[in-house]
Amino acid sequence: MGKRHLMSGAEAMAEAAIRAGCRFYFGYPITPQSELAEYLARELPKRGGVFLQAESEIAAINMVFGASVTGARAMTSSSSPGISLKQEAISYMAGCELPGVIVNVCRGGPGLGNIAPSEADYFQAVKGGGHGDYRNIVLAPSSVQEAADLSYLAFDISEKYRNPVMILCSAVIAQMVEPVEFMSPRRPEEVEKPWALTGAKGREPRVIKSLRLSEQELEEHNRHLQEKYATVKAKEVRYETRYLEDAELVIVAFGTSARIVSTAVETAREKGYKVGLLRPITLFPFPTHVIRKLAERVKKFMVFELSAGQMVEDVEIAAAGKAAVNFYGRMGGSVPSPEEDFEKIVDCYRG
Amino acid sequence: MKLVFDRPKSMKDTVMHYCPGCSHGVVTRIVAEAIDILDIREKTVCVAPVGCAVFLYEYLNLDVTESPHGRPPAVATGIKRARPDLFVFTYQGDGDIAAIGLAEILSAANRGENFSVVYVNNTVYGMTGGQMAPTTMLGQRTTTTPYGKGAMDGRPLRMAEWIASLDGPSYVARMAVNTPANVKKARKTVIEAFRMQLEGRGMSFVEILAACPVGWGLSPIEALARVEKELIPYYPLGVLKSVDSHKAG
Repeated sequence: MGKRHLMSGAEAMAEAAIRAGCRFYFGYPITPQSELAEYLARELPKRGGVFLQAESEIAAINMVFGASVTGARAMTSSSSPGISLKQEAISYMAGCELPGVIVNVCRGGPGLGNIAPSEADYFQAVKGGGHGDYRNIVLAPSSVQEAADLSYLAFDISEKYRNPVMILCSAVIAQMVEPVEFMSPRRPEEVEKPWALTGAKGREPRVIKSLRLSEQELEEHNRHLQEKYATVKAKEVRYETRYLEDAELVIVAFGTSARIVSTAVETAREKGYKVGLLRPITLFPFPTHVIRKLAERVKKFMVFELSAGQMVEDVEIAAAGKAAVNFYGRMGGSVPSPEEDFEKIVDCYRG
Repeated sequence: MKLVFDRPKSMKDTVMHYCPGCSHGVVTRIVAEAIDILDIREKTVCVAPVGCAVFLYEYLNLDVTESPHGRPPAVATGIKRARPDLFVFTYQGDGDIAAIGLAEILSAANRGENFSVVYVNNTVYGMTGGQMAPTTMLGQRTTTTPYGKGAMDGRPLRMAEWIASLDGPSYVARMAVNTPANVKKARKTVIEAFRMQLEGRGMSFVEILAACPVGWGLSPIEALARVEKELIPYYPLGVLKSVDSHKAG
């Protein structure tokens, strides 16, 4: 930590990635994430890295796959439609157990939608997105500082679990300019990666693959992946809470929605409403156990999202019918005001 | 006694799954021999395709990665950009390279990415049961062109010529493995292509016309004859481009 920089979230994620030892970026232009790519186009060549503008999002993620095959830290970024195109390779990466960091600065959708703030890619990011039984580890920053911190962290987690990590945020986080402090730059430790392809010098050849034609072998591989996800669920859940001690109504929100609704929660507290806030920072793994425990004593949950309601399903599963789960969402790039959220909170609280 | 013929070090001692009369085994051996001759086995990473050669890692005694269908040139780009000191090649079929992976091969070639491409063209999707490929000849019957391929199914794509038209690649050739003489020429060409990468010249690309007796509904001998009679006239053999002009044939 040290000097404070005034930067956008997109630039902060890019700078943090370089400081985390990422030297390889492959991407394709799409708004509203362009500043991330442009920052790396400027910085990576100066700092011993490679920036490559690929022919498509498909090619870009496959280049990440390739760099990752050698054990290098690599990343790509895109926005919703581009992230859809990357899903095939992300599934391959999960199946091949390759690390890699993917940033999704989410657009309003479906289809081409718009470039306004949205968080409607929750299902895609959290539930798989591509084919097969796999999970991304999903991080959801709520400020520019957190975008930087999570970008830095993403590379470690991704390597530790040999699994793709996705950072999911809206254009608000990517475009907003805030002061940010960075971790010290580092080179990734020169640890031997016993799976990386480096030429079979003085050792048996290595193979990176997801193909397992025998049903038994593929089921075993799937069991291994599921065990890994169970470890991730046990060890990597991150969340922030406010005013939960005496809360009767708990607001659950992530990313931009959380940022906005937190102001409404403060207003509600000032006015004497016993309202608390739970902000998942990891969307997978999800803080299910926290909600399950809260459901034993709080009356209601209210979920705020920039979507038609996606995370709300996970809150309902966690609450398991023990507390009511309400929802308020805006779609298509519309963002509620804190006053609007406050009204919804009061309605829910009294209702 | 003097040993005159042995398995290349870059090949594993295993039975291949290829159908009788398939050319993949010959091409795999040519690649392994080239790697042995250039003594680069311990710095090689191979990118295997989706298709008949998907099990390449079972046969090559090398570090091998799988790749999504059509994406080997993008995967190889990532490998080579991260580790320029490695020797990297893709091994791809005609469905992989000329249909689903067109954008990736053309873009990588146009960037002059410094890896090598071994492209096996047998004019059909073998692995999935003999469907039409972009390289299927007009009139050729496949399981998805049961009445023969028409012009509006797509004229057979000459990939080597297309790649050779770009400034990025250093070396582009088309060979066949239907006769012992052609096998020898193909081997020499693959060695030359690999050398281009070792010299840092940019992408080297060798298309190899291959027989697929099962996919074509022919006997192995008839299939080799078809390569000679039908394929070579449309897909002419030779070195189409070499940055070392004296080496261009």
